[in-house]
Amino acid sequence: MKTIWTITKRELYAYFTSPVAYVFLVIFLLLTGFFTFTAGNFFERGEASLAAFFGWHPWLYLVLVPAVGMRVWAEERRSGTIELLLTLPVAPWQAIVAKFLASWIFLAVALLLTFPAVITVNILGEPDNGMIFAGYLGSLFLAGAYLAITCMTSAMTRNQVVAFILSVVICLFFILAGFNPVTDLMTRWASPAVVDTVAAFSVVTHFDGFQRGVIDIRDLVFFLSLIGFALFATGVIIRGHRAG
Amino acid sequence: MIKIDNLVKVFGPKRAVDGISFTVERGEVLGFLGPNGAGKSTTMRMITGFMPPTSGKITVGTHDVLESPIEAKRLIGYLPENAASYPDMTVASFLDFVAELRNLHGGARKKAVNRVIDLCFLQSVLHQSIDTLSKGYKHRTCLAQALIHDPDVLIMDEPTDGLDPNQKHEVRNLIRELGANKAIIFSTHILEEVDAACSRAIIIDRGRIVANGTPEELRGMSELAGAVTLQARGATKERLETLGRVEQLNGAFRIYPRDKSQGPQLAQDVVQLVNQYGWTVEGMYSERGELDEVFRRITLPDTVKK
Repeated sequence: MKTIWTITKRELYAYFTSPVAYVFLVIFLLLTGFFTFTAGNFFERGEASLAAFFGWHPWLYLVLVPAVGMRVWAEERRSGTIELLLTLPVAPWQAIVAKFLASWIFLAVALLLTFPAVITVNILGEPDNGMIFAGYLGSLFLAGAYLAITCMTSAMTRNQVVAFILSVVICLFFILAGFNPVTDLMTRWASPAVVDTVAAFSVVTHFDGFQRGVIDIRDLVFFLSLIGFALFATGVIIRGHRAG
Repeated sequence: MIKIDNLVKVFGPKRAVDGISFTVERGEVLGFLGPNGAGKSTTMRMITGFMPPTSGKITVGTHDVLESPIEAKRLIGYLPENAASYPDMTVASFLDFVAELRNLHGGARKKAVNRVIDLCFLQSVLHQSIDTLSKGYKHRTCLAQALIHDPDVLIMDEPTDGLDPNQKHEVRNLIRELGANKAIIFSTHILEEVDAACSRAIIIDRGRIVANGTPEELRGMSELAGAVTLQARGATKERLETLGRVEQLNGAFRIYPRDKSQGPQLAQDVVQLVNQYGWTVEGMYSERGELDEVFRRITLPDTVKK
């Protein structure tokens, strides 16, 4: 546990000492603001909720989370520090979990900085704050799922750009599987059972519940197992390089 | 301290390491020699637990590297090739980070960090970030990292690569000093380093050990070993040839012994000859043999064939 925290601290330090992190935070906040208030018709909706805010998260994260996570292993491999890290008394899984946690904490900080949106709805009306909390929780898990996938693609290559593109493609699949236009298209030729099965793999389907204020154990299990699986795959990939 | 038994590593069709066995005891400094791509780095990566071997057994201290990697890694200090370290950290925070992972905390950590800072002369760059350092300092930072927990086993991949002559000298002295109570393996392709720092050397080529012995023994394998070079006015090739094969050099003669085991006998014979004919000696050397020559002779034919 101590080992994990030591590595997590170092990774966080690496994020916050680089100017890229602050650029990222600003871009993230600008985009959430733009999508919520302009593209999401926040004011025209006439309701005191953050539906306009959370609804865009699967798409916003599609680009931003891979940007945060792409360096996690790719950079370590490119610079050769992976050799240093894994010859210290550290088990590979500890390093994988620690690095994932650091990036996740960074994303959580970015998400927390959107608090003015919460204040705004509370001033304008009387929103269901429980629902908002559930939305935030869901958003955090959504980011975690994308991030774990990015960690996996990052371990596949020394090149951060390749890692970025691969993870965008994979995450896009996880969105589209449950995206209404796609499921509508599928119902024309597939049986409802197939459509439901495919949609059940989508992060959008599982994020919806949180947005409605429902913290369903099945949705939590979905996100946690997606994270668990992607991190496990990361371990297999890292082991694979070293085995030659 | 380190025991390696029939180590093999296969990358696709290539046998990078092909059945290497050796042991290193406490107090020994083992020089690992070989041409580029001979399998030096691969062997070291397997000992440090970075790469699993295809087959074979590695024991560090009492721990099998494959079965209890964490315990084995605790005993090892490792300086990887190219001395990679996190460029975004300062030297001080990097050393703190490694010390923490090495389970050093509080006062013990402070002490350990200060010790390696002194040992590797890092005082002046302590608060500089690593990517702004010159190569020599980067290298020493990584060396400091390897020494921070005062390990029983020290493994260094080309520790003097990219250093200036003064730094090379310092690092070699450091290795020799540390070697008194540790088991050290370091790789190099600079042969003078073997003389300067090693108690034993192994030459590997294409994944196999081709020579293993003290620097003295390796040198003894040289054709030159035991030969006498004589520079004397009046000396002639014909007269000297009664002692052995003679090679005419630039104004001097080199006499090769007929039998290498005869030791200093040849030199005595030459002196006798000099006295007998009254030559005026301008110089006379007993050759110890050249490591260069041994190295080239055992490794070159293979690389040429390839």
